[in-house]
Amino acid sequence: MRRLRTHAVLLAILVAAAGLWPLAAQNQNQQPEIELVIGGDGNSPPHYAVPDFVAASPDAGEIATTISQVLWDDLAFEREFDLIPRDVYKTVPAARSPEQVPFAAWRELGADAVTFGSVQKSGDKVVVQVRLFNVRTRQQVFSKEYSGTASNPRLYAHTIADEVHQQQRALRGVARTKLTFVSDRNRERLLGPIDNREVKEIYVSDYDGANQRRITTTRQLNLNPSWSPDARAVAYSSYRGLTPQIFLSLIYQGVLENVTKNASSNMMPVFSPDGTKIAFVSNRDGNTEIYVMNRDGSNVRRLTNHPAYESTPTWSPNGAQLAFTSDRSGKAQIYIMNAADGSNVRRLTVSESYADRATWSPAPFNEIAYAAQTGEWFDIKIHDLATSTVRQITFGEGSNESPAYSPNGKHLAFSSTRAGGRQIFTIGRDGRGLRQITRSGNNQTPAWSQ
Amino acid sequence: MVRGLAIALAIICLVAAPACSRRNKPTTTPQPAPTVTEPPVVTGPPPAPPRTSQRVEDQQPAPLSEDAVSDRSLDELNRNSPLRPAFFVLDSSDLDDAGRSVVTGNVEVLKKNPQWVVTIEGHCDERGTAEYNLALGERRAAAVKTYMVSLGIAPDRLRTVSYGKEFPFDQAHTEDAWSANRRAHFVITAK
Repeated sequence: MRRLRTHAVLLAILVAAAGLWPLAAQNQNQQPEIELVIGGDGNSPPHYAVPDFVAASPDAGEIATTISQVLWDDLAFEREFDLIPRDVYKTVPAARSPEQVPFAAWRELGADAVTFGSVQKSGDKVVVQVRLFNVRTRQQVFSKEYSGTASNPRLYAHTIADEVHQQQRALRGVARTKLTFVSDRNRERLLGPIDNREVKEIYVSDYDGANQRRITTTRQLNLNPSWSPDARAVAYSSYRGLTPQIFLSLIYQGVLENVTKNASSNMMPVFSPDGTKIAFVSNRDGNTEIYVMNRDGSNVRRLTNHPAYESTPTWSPNGAQLAFTSDRSGKAQIYIMNAADGSNVRRLTVSESYADRATWSPAPFNEIAYAAQTGEWFDIKIHDLATSTVRQITFGEGSNESPAYSPNGKHLAFSSTRAGGRQIFTIGRDGRGLRQITRSGNNQTPAWSQ
Repeated sequence: MVRGLAIALAIICLVAAPACSRRNKPTTTPQPAPTVTEPPVVTGPPPAPPRTSQRVEDQQPAPLSEDAVSDRSLDELNRNSPLRPAFFVLDSSDLDDAGRSVVTGNVEVLKKNPQWVVTIEGHCDERGTAEYNLALGERRAAAVKTYMVSLGIAPDRLRTVSYGKEFPFDQAHTEDAWSANRRAHFVITAK
């Protein structure tokens, strides 16, 4: 009897031990255990310090400075961390190696997290190493090496920032996303019969306004660009013929596709979230309505059929619905319909005198932003679809138009006349964190890449 | 045999014991250091250097080269065009008496030049959104076309296009400029 009980106990221990074997092995590999997420004091966001990256070869200094400055900006942009201003770092001795990071001095500055980075350059080849340390525990929580060319040092910083946001906050950062917009900055005159018209071309830039580049050279009017979901193509309407037609610029291949080819006007193209379809606006059947076609221009289907004007479509994140503008009530207002067949039309904006250019937020947010008339000009407002409440995020500083969500839903790009001419700005969906993106000529109708 | 099994089990348990005890140990979540100057020092291996190198590839878009086509003789004709613009009131695509009179005059010109094909451009002032103004301009152009057809011009000689607020006639931000910008502009596109 006694022996039997002993056996039972031993058997239980054996089963338990067998279950623990993998765990034990795992623990031995990870010693000491590291809490990867760096917290702040209490509920406040952690304070980050991003000192200059170390130049590990004689000519890497400029790249190292650029990367550290851009990384600081990128990490500040999402407002998940409090970035300690770079000008107070001079009290902290510079580390030449990760073993020299002066944790005590960083802690005195209030830092919870500090980066150590190095840049090595040989010819056009660049190797960037970066580590993220928890200042309190002196533990390294992130370590990575990147290699590539020296052509765009900012991209190393953007990549690091996106990976840190992903690891520390499970957030999809936007540091590697891009904007596209319309600009007249070249001050070129329209070719053709009319004097005194400035052409407008399509531009793209990094999310922070760096690397602004023209992607069309039509010397014509080009309007309403939008990104393909893979961010490799921009669709827009171009008046290079007698009427606007939809074109697709494959911007890294230098390929131009003419998607619509007919005598009527075709404009305001927007890609479906899966990239297979384009919703657009056309008067091909006599009145201005919303249509959907395949990406190559085939299989055109009409979604609206109303004597009023229907325009400016935007897809819901799952592609099942479209929000659009219609003036069927007498003034421009935002409506929603099913994307498959245009059924189930319902009005979204009921207390605006004039609302246009809806943009549907990505998940996890569930809201639609638009430009609403407030007095003589326009402001950006956001309609929460769950609660049907509306909040305003710009307040009469210039006229604010054409909102476009960032792919993580935390930010919007829009155009505003607040700073002279019309310029592109970005702002948080809470109305904080305004940044000016363009400063040259007039710039309008931004769209934000995935 | 039974004794042998017991010994074997005991040995396994001894080996597994550190695992048992380690499992119960709380995760070493970093606690705030008691003082700023004395944070806990981490024992164990120093931070491992990064093992794999991630490729970072930069691509910049290249603009496409192309030239818009221009017809010089048409340009000259349009520069001194006999066709006059018609103006509209705010947020309206209805031709008023003055507008109808201008359009009637343009119809007479077209009747004398039966080979001309004309594009009617609808334009707006800046006091609407860029997007919705493309609609309003379309309506203005369409209203003018309808009126011209009613006066006897064949519809296939008239094309319409909207430029919204993209090409203001007057760049100023005044009532006068806005009045001048709310217009239908006539462009001869074939002769």
